[in-house]
Amino acid sequence: MAVEVRIPTILRNYTAGAKTIEGDGATLELLFADLETRHPGLRERMVDEKGLRRFVNVYLNDEDVRFLAGLDTAVADGDSVTILPAVAGGAGDEVMAGGAGGA
Amino acid sequence: MLTLDQDTYDAIVAHARRDHPDEACGVVAGGAGSDRPTRFIPMLNAARSPTFYEFDSGDLLRLYREMDERDEEPLVIYHSHTATEAYPSRTDISYASEPTAHYVLVSTADPGAEQFRSFRIVDGVVSEEEVRVVATLDEQPL
Repeated sequence: MAVEVRIPTILRNYTAGAKTIEGDGATLELLFADLETRHPGLRERMVDEKGLRRFVNVYLNDEDVRFLAGLDTAVADGDSVTILPAVAGGAGDEVMAGGAGGA
Repeated sequence: MLTLDQDTYDAIVAHARRDHPDEACGVVAGGAGSDRPTRFIPMLNAARSPTFYEFDSGDLLRLYREMDERDEEPLVIYHSHTATEAYPSRTDISYASEPTAHYVLVSTADPGAEQFRSFRIVDGVVSEEEVRVVATLDEQPL
């Protein structure tokens, strides 16, 4: 069984620069465990002790897996998994710093 | 240095004004490796907040697939701060995940006197860069 996993620029240091890698696993959790055996450290960028990291988006084909079953989402041969860091930010709760000091 | 054409600069500022007091956000895509941001793409702020922005996850996937098909990358990622200065916050720095993008901040804290600044954010380090606005982007020499 082979699943194509598309890797964003910021995680390609775990894949020797590869944009897509292949893996195997009946669920997303098992797929990530499989990828970790060949790309150590990759899994921790997407998963923490609570599950999928909040600002990393993972898609199974066209759907955000948060709307499916998260890490328990079933994965089939020929599926494509895409990983995209969220594009997010904002002023947050910071008081205006003034000048060039910033954060 | 960030070089933008006037139309793109104006479009970013207009978007920030239009969405004020919520933060506005979007991308200017351009040919991969070209450093010529040509295609202005305003995005929905799914957070609809005056202090936070996030691209809707479905929009994000469609955007990246489209850029991939067109051999583009997100050369500019912009958003606005509506009550604070146009400088990356701790939140901005921690979520910056495109090391080759120009991160543009627009501040709408002072209506009619918006600030427009650009930064690189790489491995948690912010460096400000000059913004050069031109009538049209020059063609690359052969």
